[in-house]
Amino acid sequence: MKRLYHGHITAALIGALWTLTAAVTVAVAMSFVTGDAFRPAGLVSLVLGALAGIAALYGRLPLAAASLVVAALGPVGIGPVLSQGAGTVAQAVAVLALAAAIALGLGGMLRGLGTGALTRHEFEDAVIRFLTGFGYVFFTAIVFIPFYVMVMTSLKNQQQLVQNPLDFSLDLSQGWHLFDSYVELLTRFNFGSYLWTSFYISVLTVLLTLAFSIPGAYAVARLRFRGAAVFSRSILLIYMVPMIVLALPIYIGYSMLGLRNSILGIVLIYPVTTIPVALYMLQGYFRGLPAEVEEAGLMDGLSRLQVIWKITLPLSLPALASVSLYVFMIAWNEFLLAFMLLDDPSKFTLTRGIASLNSSEIPRQHLMAGAVIATVPIMVLFLGLERFMTRGLTAGSVKG
Amino acid sequence: MTHAVPPRGRGPLAAREARLAWGLLLPTIAIVSAVVILPLIAIFWISFKPIGLADLRPPAPVVRENLRGDGEDLRLQYRLRNSSQDIAITGVTLSDTLPEGLTLRDADDRCTVDGADIFCDLGDLDAGGRDEIELFVTAEGDTGPLGDLAESSPPRLTGDAPNILTNLDFTLENFTRIFDGSEFWGVLGVTLFYTVFGTLGALLVGLFAALLLDRSFRGQGILRGLYLFPYVAPVIAVAFTWIILFDPFSGSANALLLQMGVTRNAINFFGDRPLALVMVTVFEIWRYFPLSFLFILARMQSIPEDMYEAADMDGASPFQKFWYLSLPQLLGILSVLFLLRFIWTFNKFDDIFLLTGGNAGTRTLTVNVYEQAFAVSNIGAGAAVAVVIFACLLLFSVFFFKVISREEGL
Repeated sequence: MKRLYHGHITAALIGALWTLTAAVTVAVAMSFVTGDAFRPAGLVSLVLGALAGIAALYGRLPLAAASLVVAALGPVGIGPVLSQGAGTVAQAVAVLALAAAIALGLGGMLRGLGTGALTRHEFEDAVIRFLTGFGYVFFTAIVFIPFYVMVMTSLKNQQQLVQNPLDFSLDLSQGWHLFDSYVELLTRFNFGSYLWTSFYISVLTVLLTLAFSIPGAYAVARLRFRGAAVFSRSILLIYMVPMIVLALPIYIGYSMLGLRNSILGIVLIYPVTTIPVALYMLQGYFRGLPAEVEEAGLMDGLSRLQVIWKITLPLSLPALASVSLYVFMIAWNEFLLAFMLLDDPSKFTLTRGIASLNSSEIPRQHLMAGAVIATVPIMVLFLGLERFMTRGLTAGSVKG
Repeated sequence: MTHAVPPRGRGPLAAREARLAWGLLLPTIAIVSAVVILPLIAIFWISFKPIGLADLRPPAPVVRENLRGDGEDLRLQYRLRNSSQDIAITGVTLSDTLPEGLTLRDADDRCTVDGADIFCDLGDLDAGGRDEIELFVTAEGDTGPLGDLAESSPPRLTGDAPNILTNLDFTLENFTRIFDGSEFWGVLGVTLFYTVFGTLGALLVGLFAALLLDRSFRGQGILRGLYLFPYVAPVIAVAFTWIILFDPFSGSANALLLQMGVTRNAINFFGDRPLALVMVTVFEIWRYFPLSFLFILARMQSIPEDMYEAADMDGASPFQKFWYLSLPQLLGILSVLFLLRFIWTFNKFDDIFLLTGGNAGTRTLTVNVYEQAFAVSNIGAGAAVAVVIFACLLLFSVFFFKVISREEGL
């Protein structure tokens, strides 16, 4: 370990690893954008990267020069990213992107390192900076790629998809025909009505959940009664019962009562799956509110219910927003119950509708267009109200 | 002089408060027990029943009524059939009213007639059995419309069949069936692999992500929002995206690997035996790392800054600070998260069901419930698996409550 604490060795090591990361990233990104053949070369990346890392120890200019040279070797056939056969513009972009990634990345990571022996601090700081850079690239890639593939697939047609599965470039000359899959889903596959069904089921679920969980949460949080502790424990326990265990008897019961294939049945069951979560989240928040305010209200002659309505609820609006968002998300994304209980296409929710698209006769750009239609509203809601959402998630959403 | 005694026991105020509390809780308790407790009892009940998907409709007698023949031979014919091929129906009776214009001449022995009302006692109907009653009648007028009239008023039928859901026949067959053979242990092994590695992976990746974002810089909020996407998106959307991305014939991942020369032949990610299980576990990690990341980040930001300053003064290196300061502080949240995620991953159904349908060695216990109940159409066996899952859950939650009462605050 001690032997690593040397400028040249550390720089070469980090240079090699970072250049490999950059090469793979650039190759994957360029492949996905242009559909042309970009290949990272592992061993070459490591060797050339080590050299670039050492160059970084001697100042910015040597690093910039080394990065450009290393990147420019690609089109020739001996660099970190091999790109023969790709378009000239794409090759140039790849070279520049790789050079920038290496130069900026290594410049930041190896900042302040000397050529001689290093202290433990300097070494570890450099390693942490490398890990941070790597982490950003890694996480952004794993999160971004699936969603990118989802959106781009939905904009292509079957022939393009089979021809080159890597080619996600868009033919903008098609104009509005890019959105053919969406138009078809909304007109022929009834997705407009599924959207509406999902929307009002989710809203109803939120309202019913709040109506049941607010009084319950208040009682558990504020009022003293025998069994309060046991009760709040059992809420958590119910929250852990797997849905599939309940889905089976519910299916049987609904079959007998004739509630299968009815929106009423779904609206009856969704709130019950969310009430324990909502109750748990809300009681935590209610406990945090100062009891004195409520006591003042009681002294002034309000009844308990008036206290809840006039004091507690206005104070807990942010928590109510978080809970509502979270419950909305659960109801919107729910799949299992909708899948088991709904068979009639006129009553499908969005998730059930997408499940029905999963057959070999329906082209997969339609399936992906359906996925986009289901994902976009919840994403927009989420990004718009990110603050509430994050709080809601941390407060109660150990569930998944 | 009496001593002032502090009030003991429950005063009227406390009683009123408790009454109010129960009043507020009543709707919740009612609806939750209706949809959670009742199904749980039902599942225990069903798990001891030899019941298949087809038994959900109880056996009943079915009848067809016809006016046949003419003149002397004119007769009202009832043909009965038992809807079930396996179960006999006892005490079958039939009652009907003759329409205007038909008068009875000669009835079947089993029937009694009172004016226009007919009542027939048919005794038992064997499994898959048939029976027939003929009543000779004379018609006043045309038989065509009279026949339609007779057929338009359906006869009332009664009959007792043992309803398999409500009778007291119990069997251990479901349990012997699911525990029989190596399949169950295979399923259990897959479940444990998926649960342990899925949970640990999501925790470690989440910890890494939290360490990355535990600093303020411009765009931190956006990045944090982006990293939560996998969790927030509908599971069905992301699962299908993964299937398409990793498709063996036209998936982008395979095209990329082939082009990069990592592999010569296309890899069937969700179809080959050990690989499919690894892939569903990776999916689980991908989908749920945001959650652990969020929790760990929240905890990290509440660690007091001065501890790190003190460590800096003492000359601790960055790794030492992480190992000796951050990690012990995070241990509480990590253990709670581990247990909760463990339980939830154990219970997970949708993800695997959508990705592989439980094929290629990815059948977990929860997927097995569905397989047994709906694919094999044996509801009893499905319920038995569900009971096993529930027993495991109880076991885990004992652990969980021990830990969580130590680590209050979640």
